[in-house]
Amino acid sequence: MTIALELSGVAKTFTMHLQGGLCLPVVSDVTFSVARGECVVLAGPSGVGKSSILKMIFGSYRCDRGRILVHHEARQTDIATASPRCMMALRRHTLGYVSQFLRAVPRVPALDVVAEPLLARGTSREEARRQATALLTRLNIDSRLWGLAPATFSGGEQQRINIARGFVADLPVLLLDEPTAALDAANSHVVVDLVEDRKRRGTAIIAIVHDDAIRERIADAIVAMTLFNARPGA
Amino acid sequence: MSENEQPLLVADGLSKWYGRRLGCRDVSFTLYEGEVIAVVGESGSGKSTLLRLLCAEIAASAGRVLYRMRDGITRNLPELGEAERRFLARTDWGYVHQDASLGLRMAVSAGANVGERLMAVGWRHYGRIRGTAADWLDRVEIDNARIDDSPRTYSGGMRQRLQIARNLVTAPRLVLMDEPTGGLDVSVQARLLDLLRSLVTDLKLSVVIVTHDLAVARLLSHRIIVMKDGMVVESGLTDQVLDDPREAYTQLLVSSILPP
Repeated sequence: MTIALELSGVAKTFTMHLQGGLCLPVVSDVTFSVARGECVVLAGPSGVGKSSILKMIFGSYRCDRGRILVHHEARQTDIATASPRCMMALRRHTLGYVSQFLRAVPRVPALDVVAEPLLARGTSREEARRQATALLTRLNIDSRLWGLAPATFSGGEQQRINIARGFVADLPVLLLDEPTAALDAANSHVVVDLVEDRKRRGTAIIAIVHDDAIRERIADAIVAMTLFNARPGA
Repeated sequence: MSENEQPLLVADGLSKWYGRRLGCRDVSFTLYEGEVIAVVGESGSGKSTLLRLLCAEIAASAGRVLYRMRDGITRNLPELGEAERRFLARTDWGYVHQDASLGLRMAVSAGANVGERLMAVGWRHYGRIRGTAADWLDRVEIDNARIDDSPRTYSGGMRQRLQIARNLVTAPRLVLMDEPTGGLDVSVQARLLDLLRSLVTDLKLSVVIVTHDLAVARLLSHRIIVMKDGMVVESGLTDQVLDDPREAYTQLLVSSILPP
């Protein structure tokens, strides 16, 4: 088993200066690892910090304590202390992220939203669009929508655009934050298939999934968030 | 992009005092090719002073601005001669003003506004200059039928797009922008932002953009520098600073945005 991602002793506390410096501990002593080709699901009720862990791995939240080691191409980087420039490179080449909600940019067509991670890695526009098209088709997005900006799409359509954007670049570590929450059964199955494809190709996946049946199908390991409770008794 | 290439621009301990009043103090950052840095903060926080220091338009009270010239040699900008600095400003730099009339020549046609920068770098063939100007108007979504009109007859959004075309026609590597979307209607802003975003990506521009609008910063920038009272209070990856602001002032800025 080759370890792709390793968290050890990770902690996060929000300090709310506008509320008189109120300290909100989110998680503490988060320790687990993910191997290549493995899908680890973070389990626990809303508000226990699952999304915060994904955001710390992606670097959109700061990590206060501990280490988040990512292994890629014989290199090892600690995300907890990585420079912004290093994080930008990691996001281009290593870390994929499907957030809970698509942050739509006005006027950018769905096809380009999906193709963008490939362009950022230097893929030609033509090839990037070809791959984006294939993924949109697989996710049952009506081709009449490809040229439109996703801001006006339904919740389920936006989520599928977000999924396509996260999967298109074939990055070795993939973070999934409730990817099927707004999807019907048929589209949820497409996502399960995509996850299984990527596991076979060696992608390390960390997912948050509330649907028991889907979690059952994709999880190789389940990490219980109770282990990382930063607010005992809360 | 290799991870160990040389930076294009380095601000090193930049300070500016206007007499006893502080413009900005001890600002340092490094900008690489293809990177966009947003400088955010309220009016009077020193954002525009910083921008003017970067292009050596005003002299720093302390600190250096290092710039990697096209020949690969890094120079300290304040030590360049006036002629060299002006040449850089005409060729390798762009400066997009909030008020387009400061960045345009209002008395000549739109085509001439774009063509002028080409002539400044030695273009002489009228047909080629006009052809290139027309291409650029097209790129910034200005109808070619308007090429001979004065920018006085243009709307605010069109003037801003014309200013961008004028700046980018010489393929600069560094573009400084001072509130480029300020004072425009939201729909016009969205169009301009989308245009800027694709131009920045396609041309791999390095950009320092000063804005008080965090949505603009989020849309365009990779990194953010938050300034208050002339000093940097927080900096980092754009989404990190906006989603997980650490300092009290950044938290105040972020919490003051109305949800879309």
